[in-house]
Amino acid sequence: MVSRSRKKRLDTRILEHELVPEHRILSLEEAAELLRTLSIKPNQLPRISINDPIVQLLGAKPGDIIEIKRRSPTAGESLYYRIVVVF
Amino acid sequence: MSYNGGRDRFESYLIDRIVMGVLPPHEINRMARVTVTRPDLYESDGSPITGGLRDPHFGAIEPGEVCPVCGNTRENCPGHFGKIDLARPVLIPYYTDYINVVLQATCRQCGRLLIPSEKAEKYRKIYRRLKEKWPKLAANFVKELRKEAAQTMECPYCGARQFRIRYTRPIIFYEERPEGETRLTPLEIRDRLEMVRDEDLELLGIDPKRSRPEWMVATVLPVPPLAVRPPITLETGMKSEDDLTHALAEIVRQNLRLKNFLSSNAPETMIEEAWITLQYVVAAYIDNELPNVYPLTQKRVRTLKTLAQRLKGKEGRLRGNLSGKRVDFSSRTVISPDPYISVNEVGVPVDIAKILTVPMRVTPYNLEEARRYVLNGPYKWPGATFVYKARSGRKIDLRYHRNYKQMAESLEVGDIVERHLIDGDIVLFNRQPSLHRMSILAHKVRVMPYKTFRLNPLVCPPYNADFDGDEMNLHVMRSEEARTEAEELLLVERHIKTPRYGGPIIGGRQDYVSGAYLLTVKNRFLTEKEVVRLLAAAGYKGELPEPAIHAPKKLWTGKQLVSLFLPKDLNYTGKAKINSGPLSCDTIDCFHDSYIAIYEGKLLMGVFDKSAIGAEQPNNVLHVIALEYGDSKARELLDTMYRMFIRMLDMRGLTISLSDVDIPPEAREKIKDLVEEAKNEIAEMIKEFEEGKLEPIPGRSLQETLELKIINRLQKLLKDAGQIATSYMDPFNDVFIMAKTGARGSDVNITQMVAMLGQQTVRGKRVWRGFRKRTLAHFKPNDLSPEARGFVKGNFRYGLRPTEVFFHAAGGREGLVDTAVKTSQSGYMQRRLMNAEQDLYTAYDGTVRDLYGQIVQFKFGEDGADPMMTYHGKAVDVDRLIERFGVLKEASK
Ligand SMILES: [Mg+2]
Ligand SMILES: [Zn+2]
Ligand SMILES: [Zn+2]
Ligand SMILES: [Zn+2]
Repeated sequence: MVSRSRKKRLDTRILEHELVPEHRILSLEEAAELLRTLSIKPNQLPRISINDPIVQLLGAKPGDIIEIKRRSPTAGESLYYRIVVVF
Repeated sequence: MSYNGGRDRFESYLIDRIVMGVLPPHEINRMARVTVTRPDLYESDGSPITGGLRDPHFGAIEPGEVCPVCGNTRENCPGHFGKIDLARPVLIPYYTDYINVVLQATCRQCGRLLIPSEKAEKYRKIYRRLKEKWPKLAANFVKELRKEAAQTMECPYCGARQFRIRYTRPIIFYEERPEGETRLTPLEIRDRLEMVRDEDLELLGIDPKRSRPEWMVATVLPVPPLAVRPPITLETGMKSEDDLTHALAEIVRQNLRLKNFLSSNAPETMIEEAWITLQYVVAAYIDNELPNVYPLTQKRVRTLKTLAQRLKGKEGRLRGNLSGKRVDFSSRTVISPDPYISVNEVGVPVDIAKILTVPMRVTPYNLEEARRYVLNGPYKWPGATFVYKARSGRKIDLRYHRNYKQMAESLEVGDIVERHLIDGDIVLFNRQPSLHRMSILAHKVRVMPYKTFRLNPLVCPPYNADFDGDEMNLHVMRSEEARTEAEELLLVERHIKTPRYGGPIIGGRQDYVSGAYLLTVKNRFLTEKEVVRLLAAAGYKGELPEPAIHAPKKLWTGKQLVSLFLPKDLNYTGKAKINSGPLSCDTIDCFHDSYIAIYEGKLLMGVFDKSAIGAEQPNNVLHVIALEYGDSKARELLDTMYRMFIRMLDMRGLTISLSDVDIPPEAREKIKDLVEEAKNEIAEMIKEFEEGKLEPIPGRSLQETLELKIINRLQKLLKDAGQIATSYMDPFNDVFIMAKTGARGSDVNITQMVAMLGQQTVRGKRVWRGFRKRTLAHFKPNDLSPEARGFVKGNFRYGLRPTEVFFHAAGGREGLVDTAVKTSQSGYMQRRLMNAEQDLYTAYDGTVRDLYGQIVQFKFGEDGADPMMTYHGKAVDVDRLIERFGVLKEASK
């Protein structure tokens, strides 16, 4: 099935690319806090694939929540959260 | 019977869920009340054949006929299914996609899923967990799992070798055996499908309880009731059968043929042939437009409309009957303008007002009013068409009950009077294409003579309407809730601001713009008589302001009049539309009067034009007033001040004539010289090019360099000619006023009228197509000169040469084609976006979610701002705040 061990030679420079926003794995406490403030279950979050290059570089595992700091034309900067899933 | 046809007496339920599955053969047998065995329909005496497709057991459809199954007449008989027992099984198209999945993923020998048991157990756990929490991911998981199983070439259970299965739509399966490719018969396929275990089907994403795969291979075919395929009686008395009946008859015929071959032990090839024919006929019965399937026809000309054809497409059951609604209490006619009704109103012709009605419940408070309507009857406006008596429950049609007086007297509280549309009723008004929510707005009725809907021209922009023959639809709402909701949410004044880009979508265009300019221009001084006429148009009731000039005659400025209507504490500065070119200024100190300054509700400087009062101009005066003083204040302005603009034009007049776009011979001579000069320069370039002396621009070929240089030179010529021409024109003639204020037309239009049309292009290049090596026979081959390649030095005032007309038409045609293609493409793109996003909503916590509660955005638009309430997207505009509350530095005049 999905070979999670697939070793792709990922270029860490993509993290520095100006079009790639800042990604960060939420700590367990932060994740719980996020779900609490939104009063949602994890499966209501937007998803991101484990095969996403950024996710692989961060070494995130399925179920981790990634915080993305995006530049926004309306709000200046906005936070987005995506949960790592297997597909 | 009640006023809504008794609808309120029905109980209603919410649909909890819909589950789809495959109709199993035992269910078909259980449902069936007839087994069809004969392809013909009637006996020679005209009575339906038992065991035929018109067997009375299919349900009563004739008037008076009593159903032999349920004993009802056609009004109450639900119709009953029958069946055809197929001589041999047959594949059903579309189900074959699922059959393919199962065949690919299971063992040909033992029917087990081609995944070892421990692994399958693990997958099952994952699948069940996913399905509960992430249904979308579960679907992906199944896809991956299917792939894995299909690639296994040896059964992990029985060890049998697997062969690749090749599926060609719609109904053919081959197996690539070592001895060669073999076609799988429905019988073999069914045998394999029967072996597959329920728990294996679960992993393939198939619910075995509702859809066992072997049910997808038909052994018995359901025959729908006659009500689904009713025969029609022609005027000649001839019976004409439904297409489905024809298609089913063909199935019965082919089935019978196969059965006969089987029972008479016919040669295998003949049986084979008859079986395949039966399969194709059944496939066509499901869908008569399948690839590689001969369509069923009537007398070999007309292809039959079979099951799929009933559902598919724009006219099909789904799009045509279920999504597409037709309504009563609606009306459609041509629209025409009436600037003297409110923007909130719509003019409705009396003839329409007498047909569209509103149910009015009689109470002690409106009894007298209701009596007046009934007394007028259905033909005199304002009257009534029906009365529903509460006591007797009877519905009285006033067209036939001629004693209106008696009817009116007998009215009592609780009755319902179906009265004509009257002034003040709330209706919905709509113009197609309904691309945004402002395409349907609520208006208040104004009943008027003549035959057209009347619309205030200020409301044209949201509908994108004009009056060149446009028609619009009107809908009357019949419940108090609907009317109230429409008035609160959909009334025109609530949509002056658009949620699309944070600007006003309603506002002045064309005459309003030039009228506003002419009223507020700095040399406009008005006599008392003129002032009174203007203010009367606006319905102004207050005192006249102090005149700007007292002697020798009292005179007022237009700016004074406009100021009467502005909010008393309004401060505003901004550029007018005319603030460009020679009239441009960046500060309030503007000699040209092109910088608007409003201080405490007084228009001190600057003219009102498109940038101040126009539609779709974010942050203009109208928009700022709508945002800061409310929609109804903005509407009040539209219904008062804006009428002065129109009246200004009535008084002054606005027209254009040839003399407006004419220039003296001297100017024309100058332009001629310019053309000569450019032509010579270009001839020089061409000569250089031909002699190979032309220096190419880096990255361009010699040819491209020449074209570029020529185009640039001609561009300059056009600009220069335009400048010369306009310098000789009266800069305050009406053509200029319209162009500069943004009312109509542009600098390009003016240049084209007075100077020249300039270079015509096809596909972004100078015209090059046509004859061999030349565009037209009027020129020599390989002529690269401007006039031979689509340069038009003529203008609309003095006319074009024949060749110029041709080039202009060529360029114009491309433009038409472009817009046609672009609108259809962007329209389709927009439709798809709307369909994808239509049920997203902003939840109370500010998040944007889909209808399953999945989060799409954590804050609407990332800033949580309602664009309708913004200054062109800015929720807070600091500059505007300072301007609004700060002191204008130079409030002097
Ligand atoms: Mg039109
Ligand atoms: Zn019946
Ligand atoms: Zn096996
Ligand atoms: Zn100036």
